[in-house]
Amino acid sequence: MSDQTKTAQSEHADHFSHHVRRYLYVFVALIIGTIFTVWASYIRFPSREINIAVALLIASCKAFLVAGYFMHLISEKKMVYGILGFTVFFFTGLMALTLWSFGDFPPHTVTH
Amino acid sequence: MEIPYTTEIRKDTGLYNAKVGIWLFLASEVMLFGALFSSYILLRVGAPEGYWPHGWLNIPLGTANTLVLITSSITTVMAWASLKMGNFGKFKMFHAITLCCALMFLAIKSYEYHDKFTHYRIMLANGHIADGHFAEESKDFDLAKKTGSFSIHGHEIDLANKTGDELQKELNKLYDLRSPEGRAVEHTELKYEAKDIASMNNYGPWQNTYTAIYFTLTGLHALHVIGGALVIFYLWAFGGRMWKEDPERFTNRIEISGLFWHFVDLVWIFLFPVLYLL
Repeated sequence: MSDQTKTAQSEHADHFSHHVRRYLYVFVALIIGTIFTVWASYIRFPSREINIAVALLIASCKAFLVAGYFMHLISEKKMVYGILGFTVFFFTGLMALTLWSFGDFPPHTVTH
Repeated sequence: MEIPYTTEIRKDTGLYNAKVGIWLFLASEVMLFGALFSSYILLRVGAPEGYWPHGWLNIPLGTANTLVLITSSITTVMAWASLKMGNFGKFKMFHAITLCCALMFLAIKSYEYHDKFTHYRIMLANGHIADGHFAEESKDFDLAKKTGSFSIHGHEIDLANKTGDELQKELNKLYDLRSPEGRAVEHTELKYEAKDIASMNNYGPWQNTYTAIYFTLTGLHALHVIGGALVIFYLWAFGGRMWKEDPERFTNRIEISGLFWHFVDLVWIFLFPVLYLL
């Protein structure tokens, strides 16, 4: 094996060992996030809506870590971002329609 | 015919073909689970005051399952990184852990399902409601013929003539197990003759809208875990030959299966707080 090939392989391994360290940090952050989610669910905030918002905020942060680092979305090609852009658009639309329907009950509907 | 762009990058997409394929598939999966989450929101908002369950699921078990999936996610990405560094032995080790985590997740989920299928809500002929886990039934127990007896380890409540706060506190004993009233409930052995039972059901998907959406969401998620684990097992057990012949293609396969596995983890990250904690 030539010295040049050996150097290239060693640089490649260095590059991935750097990645591995980052994966370990993300792993620890996800565990802390999980513990924090459970802990926050036992806090009695002034309203249940705040409990829901806090839980979803922590879940979104954890989802960002998994998608961004484990699925490498922070450094993907434009094509992938394009596909996900469409997905985000339609997903947001679906949730917006769901929320919109709350204000559109027929007259005399009993809501709680 | 050779499949094109298994390792070579297409100029127009900047990716090998399988990667475009898996992201398109995951996009459709987001919409599938999105529709079910939307159903969950509508069912929850539409539930009468005091009737949406809280604390029906075991939080320590749900937390354990979350940690198991997170662990499987890092071992999946480490398995891929090991192949990138040319270490097939480490790949085998990391993916063996991933498979163990998948089995552990399914075992815990099965235990939780079993707990729900052995939990009964009994509407009594006198208007009371009994609730608890199955203890035993007589050999001749038949609700339709009104013969025999059925025992549970649980408690009984009476909603008759109760309104306002009093009704809410009584309902909490059934629906909000994290409330002071729900936590204070004491379980004892209760035996009922079939003739005293108006109707009864276990906590399967048919119990109410909460259990229906719980079993739908977690059941579909569990099917994804099984599917992902089967693919990972196939690549883990029979991938050695491809690794020798075409290591780059094999590494790409591991990346694709890994992306699916991370998506399964992502879905659980939202399912856990929504179903177990809120």
